[in-house]
Amino acid sequence: MFKFRQDTIEKNAILLLVLTVITVAIGGIVEIVPLFTIETTVEHVKGIRPYSPLELAGRNIYVREGCYLCHSQQIRTLKDEVERYGHYSLAAESMYDRPFQWGSKRIGPDLARVGGKYSSDWHYGHLNYPQSLVPESLMPRYAFLAATRLDYGLIERHMATQRLLGVPYTDAEIANARQDLLAQANAQDDQDALVKRYPKAVAVPGQPGFPSEMDALVAYLQVLGTMVDFADVGVEKLQQ
Amino acid sequence: MPTKIEKDTLSGRETTGHEWDGLKELNTPLPRWWLYTFAACCLCALVLVLLLPSIPYGSGYFHGLLGLSSRATVAADVKAMEAQRGIFMDKIKTMPIEQVKQDPQLLAVATAAGRIAFATNCQPCHGPGGEGRIGYPNLADDTWLWGGKLADIQQTITYGIRSGHEKARNSTMPAFGALGVLKPEQIEAVADYVWSAFYGHAEAGADLAKGRALFVENCAVCHGDNGEGKRDVGAPPLKSAVHLYDDTRAAVVTQITNPHLGVMPTWERRGNNTGLDAATIKSVALYVHALGGGE
Repeated sequence: MFKFRQDTIEKNAILLLVLTVITVAIGGIVEIVPLFTIETTVEHVKGIRPYSPLELAGRNIYVREGCYLCHSQQIRTLKDEVERYGHYSLAAESMYDRPFQWGSKRIGPDLARVGGKYSSDWHYGHLNYPQSLVPESLMPRYAFLAATRLDYGLIERHMATQRLLGVPYTDAEIANARQDLLAQANAQDDQDALVKRYPKAVAVPGQPGFPSEMDALVAYLQVLGTMVDFADVGVEKLQQ
Repeated sequence: MPTKIEKDTLSGRETTGHEWDGLKELNTPLPRWWLYTFAACCLCALVLVLLLPSIPYGSGYFHGLLGLSSRATVAADVKAMEAQRGIFMDKIKTMPIEQVKQDPQLLAVATAAGRIAFATNCQPCHGPGGEGRIGYPNLADDTWLWGGKLADIQQTITYGIRSGHEKARNSTMPAFGALGVLKPEQIEAVADYVWSAFYGHAEAGADLAKGRALFVENCAVCHGDNGEGKRDVGAPPLKSAVHLYDDTRAAVVTQITNPHLGVMPTWERRGNNTGLDAATIKSVALYVHALGGGE
């Protein structure tokens, strides 16, 4: 008769491996699964929408350039942070971020609510040469972003992939991606269709006919943390 | 499983019972103090599980006997902070700004609060001393685009300039070059006149009559016949020692051809709790007013 003893496990590498994985996984499952079942993990607040095509492209630039290595996007529930940066961040505010950009290094200021704090012109000037505006800044220059044409050839497929991951882009949004992207990159253009699909989207003063990577990045920065209006969200509603 | 626990003859200690190719391992039990500490830690963990938010169940979780919540805590902290500041800030909020200036105690509080809010929010554009940058006005001199009285400054901070707010200060300078209103040589002529008459860089032998005529026709309505500017429309005084877009002739030409139109965000409390409350805006206005150019 087969006897299941420690010896058996110790002398069978595959069995040892499988049982180790199962044991370790229990720890993970116990921590992760409840986050999916508990109803208050992601707050039910109005206003959160998927990123517009230009914002999404800008977000990719943000990730590519490693902005998260110096900037967090996570206002913690601490008095000082709320005082300086605005309302603490909600889980709901990054529910369409794949992957999220919370970050952990705070060499530069937190950017979770940087949208609307500065003019778009300021962002262009600052990305171009940060020390021209903030002499003590440690930030590198990103002037090349303005000179680099934004590659948006795969924007529809990128949005479709995001949809596969659970971001609710509609067919119409994907079909109009290029139009919306170009409109947002040129503040002179008609923005009605864009703003209807993506409320609070900020059109940036880019060069017509030359949507740059900087245009995309500024559009992304200008929407950060602006989607939720906390005036109609009670404190009770935010209790997890 | 340990099968054959025996006493080691050399050391006199017990073996673990494991045997590998004739090698046996001595049993070295954990020290007592370690075991007791471990047990105490387990006990503490159990108490914490009861006190703090812990065990999940289906759609909810056990909130803990203390009912602690970091979100409720920060809300209470902010409330307490506001109550503490309210002693002065509530007065600053309700009092007209001119009156705050007359009250030495309130003025001291407002200036201190204004300095901090300025450093966090205004400094990135206007510089640490309000000295301005190219494209961002100097706040410490007596040249003002939209007015340098306390009430003017307060209004500018509250609603911003071309910020999109319905009460924002708003004006447009036509793109004389880009729209084809003036030809390039006419722009050069106007620039010559402005550069010479207002910026004070007279060039010998330059013919300014043509430029002057074009200036009077196109620019004087906002910038004034003598380049004194017009505050209703935020038209900068051209006859000034301070120039918003760099003190070069090329900048004058650029500005006539396709002008920069500066944007200042609104600082009224925004929906996401960024921006400033009314009392802080007044404080910043008082601080800026005192930087050197207040009227």
